[in-house]
Amino acid sequence: MSDLALKDTHSSGILATLKHARYVIGENPVTGFAFGLFVLIVIAAVLGPSIVPYDPLASDTAAALKGPSRAHWFGTDQLGRDVFSRVIVATRLDFIIAVFSVVLVFLMGGLAGVAAGFYGGWTDRIVSRIADTIMAFPLFVLAMGIVAALGNTVQNIIIATAIVNFPLYARIARTEANVRREAGFVQAARLSGNGEARILLTQILPNIMPIMIVQMSLTMGYAILNAAGLSFIGLGVRPPDAEWGIMVAEGAAFMVSGEWWIAFFPGLALMIAVFCFNLLGDGLRDIVDPQRRT
Amino acid sequence: MLTVIAKRLLIAIPSLIGVVIVTFLLTRALPGDPAAYFAGPAATKEAIQEIRVKLGLDKSLPQQFIRYVGDLAKGNLGESLTTGQPVVTEIRNRLPASAELTLLGLIVSIAIAIPLGIFAAVKPNSWVDHTCRVVTTAGVSLPVFFTGLILVYVFYYLLGWAPAPLGRLDTFVSAPPSVTGFLLIDSLIAGNFEAFRAALSQLFLPAMTLGIFSLAPIARMTRASMLAVLASDFVRTARASGLTPFTVIVTYAFRNAMLPVVTTLGMVFSFLLGANVLVEKVFAWPGIGSYAVEALIASDFAPVQGFVLTMAIMYVALNLLIDILYGVIDPRVRLEG
Repeated sequence: MSDLALKDTHSSGILATLKHARYVIGENPVTGFAFGLFVLIVIAAVLGPSIVPYDPLASDTAAALKGPSRAHWFGTDQLGRDVFSRVIVATRLDFIIAVFSVVLVFLMGGLAGVAAGFYGGWTDRIVSRIADTIMAFPLFVLAMGIVAALGNTVQNIIIATAIVNFPLYARIARTEANVRREAGFVQAARLSGNGEARILLTQILPNIMPIMIVQMSLTMGYAILNAAGLSFIGLGVRPPDAEWGIMVAEGAAFMVSGEWWIAFFPGLALMIAVFCFNLLGDGLRDIVDPQRRT
Repeated sequence: MLTVIAKRLLIAIPSLIGVVIVTFLLTRALPGDPAAYFAGPAATKEAIQEIRVKLGLDKSLPQQFIRYVGDLAKGNLGESLTTGQPVVTEIRNRLPASAELTLLGLIVSIAIAIPLGIFAAVKPNSWVDHTCRVVTTAGVSLPVFFTGLILVYVFYYLLGWAPAPLGRLDTFVSAPPSVTGFLLIDSLIAGNFEAFRAALSQLFLPAMTLGIFSLAPIARMTRASMLAVLASDFVRTARASGLTPFTVIVTYAFRNAMLPVVTTLGMVFSFLLGANVLVEKVFAWPGIGSYAVEALIASDFAPVQGFVLTMAIMYVALNLLIDILYGVIDPRVRLEG
């Protein structure tokens, strides 16, 4: 009987959330627009290589440095490669970097922060000290140092981006876990004989997940910017691989001689992706945490 | 006030220790054998062993750390493999170029962001407010190197207003004698207005790029904090007492609204110092950022390490300065000390 009642409130909770989500999107069409963009980005990331008109690596010196035309929508670069195809194909790599680094920082920072807020004491002191030390650096500079030290690969760009975001996640998770450590449902779980670690994983963590997901969506944009910045200065992605940051870097030299399209379109794609993630994050926050709406 | 500063200095010490430990660990995390790496690809086994002893890599990690701290205390950051120059000298020579650019970028962004934020808060939902919202949202989404390139294309290639994005001074203009290292100030001291104009025209685009990048958080915070202050009782009282809107907004509201804005400056500096590296690359600016980037490409680690350390120390110092500034603006903080 009680089981049934519980289930009932649960499903109405989901319904209420959905209703609220529909209300928020109706109220704020920008979120709906951002979600549409997000779907497009995911499609480009998944299907990219199979839908583009040209091979992104095939050079054609006869058609080098041509402006946008019907055959080449975004023009061609100094090797005659089709910029449009390269921009679309690059979506996958940029998206992978963003998603992996955000998941990684959630696993490191989120879990460390939850443990710090829940256990307090030494765990808290160590996690806070690590976060403070990372915060003492300008973040992009630290990311440069980490990639330089660990080695110049895409994998290390993901790790570096995750590390510089660690303090943000650790702090939010710590605060959220801390306010819940003596909450009624936690004490109930404790009374039912659950161990502390079990409470942490089955009671605290699921409760702060919505806030963490919003945070992940908000950091996705920053992660892409950070990774593109690193590859712009020549770290991580190597030519001829297509990635937005390195494509802008390759086109930079042609900006002063008027061939703007080589750097412009990858830069625009980068901007749209970051813009989309930021809007989506704001929208998600409105759904999860209506009080913080701005 | 002095006790506040002293207390704050004490808080900065653990940050500095953390920074030194992290930069030390970064070298030890280098892939492969650092001795073989410093010796170069053609080195013999004996040569590598010799370098290992010379660098102290045969010692234990704590001993190496003590040696590293000792070197730092003597101002020794090692030598660059590619140029053979001591890293400290290079960084000292290039720091003024970066500092001049970053400071001017900050001035540009404050000069745009604070009036924008105030007007947006004074007239909510007006066109200024909407502009403010668009600018702050776009500002955080624009990759700083992309903004720089667009500005170069428009102002150099299309309009021809700006000089070529190649360094601090046109090659035909002779540099003023170096006093502060800041070309704008040095040229004024020397009374050389031609050099001043040339330096300013080179600085204009990169400083705008940095300004556009960093104005979003300042404008957003100014707007939010002005909105909160304008809705408070003392502003209502000031208005009811018949003070002019200018006095109410500037003298009463703005001074109180400044506090959260000053706090965000810490974050803005983190952005600015990082963005500086990218902007220096776009404009071939001879600062410490492009020094580090060149070294990174050549897998030359000592300059990168020196650069990361310099930037971190500057950032800690800037945060210290911001806290002291906070005390100057807010008398309550002074009284607590």
